[in-house]
Amino acid sequence: MANLKDLRNRISSVESTRKITKAMQMVSASKLRKAQEAAEAARPYAERMEKVLSSLASSMKGQQGGPKLLAGTGSDQKQLIVVATSERGLCGGFNTNIVKAAKVKIAALIAEGKDVQIVTIGKKGAAVLKREYSGRMIQHFDMSHVKNVAFSDATPIAEHFIEMYKAGDFDVCTLFFAKFVNVLTQEVTPLQLIPASIDEDNSVDLGGACYDYEPDENEILEELLPRNVGVQLFRALLENAASEQGSRMTAMDNATRNAGEMIDSLRTTYNRTRQAVITNELIEIISGAEAL
Amino acid sequence: MADKLHFELVSPEKLLKSADVDMVVVPGTEGDFGVLPLHAPVVSTLRTGIIEVHNDDETERLLVAGGFAEVNSEGLTILAEVAMPLGAVDRSSYEANLKDLQEDIQDAKDEETRARAEKARDQILSILEVLDQEAA
Repeated sequence: MANLKDLRNRISSVESTRKITKAMQMVSASKLRKAQEAAEAARPYAERMEKVLSSLASSMKGQQGGPKLLAGTGSDQKQLIVVATSERGLCGGFNTNIVKAAKVKIAALIAEGKDVQIVTIGKKGAAVLKREYSGRMIQHFDMSHVKNVAFSDATPIAEHFIEMYKAGDFDVCTLFFAKFVNVLTQEVTPLQLIPASIDEDNSVDLGGACYDYEPDENEILEELLPRNVGVQLFRALLENAASEQGSRMTAMDNATRNAGEMIDSLRTTYNRTRQAVITNELIEIISGAEAL
Repeated sequence: MADKLHFELVSPEKLLKSADVDMVVVPGTEGDFGVLPLHAPVVSTLRTGIIEVHNDDETERLLVAGGFAEVNSEGLTILAEVAMPLGAVDRSSYEANLKDLQEDIQDAKDEETRARAEKARDQILSILEVLDQEAA
């Protein structure tokens, strides 16, 4: 039978665990609100950007050439997979889900005989991927110094990708992140960053009119496309931040509840054991007295 | 149709303004242009400058740096890198930023970081220039 002191220690240790998970839950609840607001505030820009791009792209359609960032390199041999995860653990299945989805994609691409390279943002995903694909990981971006993701955090990373693309290091770049649906649901989403993925239905009908371009079409596209990469990445990072907090909140809520249940059952065992010990002692005393 | 122009100003961080107005003067790279309701579709890049929003008899002035303006049948959309009302601009913070960046440029170890810092510095310089013009 478990001894009383051990049980008491366990109870107090589970109690302090519960306090920690409770605190973490409340912290992420308040962080979640901020992150969610930021993610929602960034949506209009990204949406408008997409609209402008798709209008431009549909008017460019049928023309030969065009910027590489839009048209692609004409090959899909060299694939770059960008996996964005969190810097901290204890957030439920958040990192696991992203990494799992990325792994499926990576394995499929390798099976097709493509050259796959991996870039990670956030150390949690990097740690897991390193076990399997350490040879393919070419770079890691550390986001631990970033508390609230700002546009200026996303642009250097995006610029780096564009430089790599221009240097011919890859043909297609896909970003994995978790889209924030609500507190309970986060959807792992693969997003093709380069070449730009464009939804043609999105464009505004001009009723036969044509856009005037100032300075000219190519110059605008040349400025717009790199910025689009930055915006998409920024948006993904914001969604990721919100998802992380949401996921952590749910996970910690569960942990708190589990700890509560555990404490209850430990208390019951503790009380039972205590009574058994007392009964035992009484029996010993009584039978000792009778023997006299 | 519309006797007002639907105007939206967005920065990466948020939607700054969405309203129906009479006219907007946009600082394009190739010169300022005014946008009235039913303007022909245009896409233009922006330089650092002041957007003037005219509505009824009021004029609102906003600072923008970099970005795009798009006019289509739905109205005018400005996607700016930096955008804020002129009244809210804090000159001293830009000056402090400028100093930091100049130090960054000097300390930069490789070409890439230097180029980035220089780009940021140029943007701040252009903002300060516009502010100087405003003050004069």
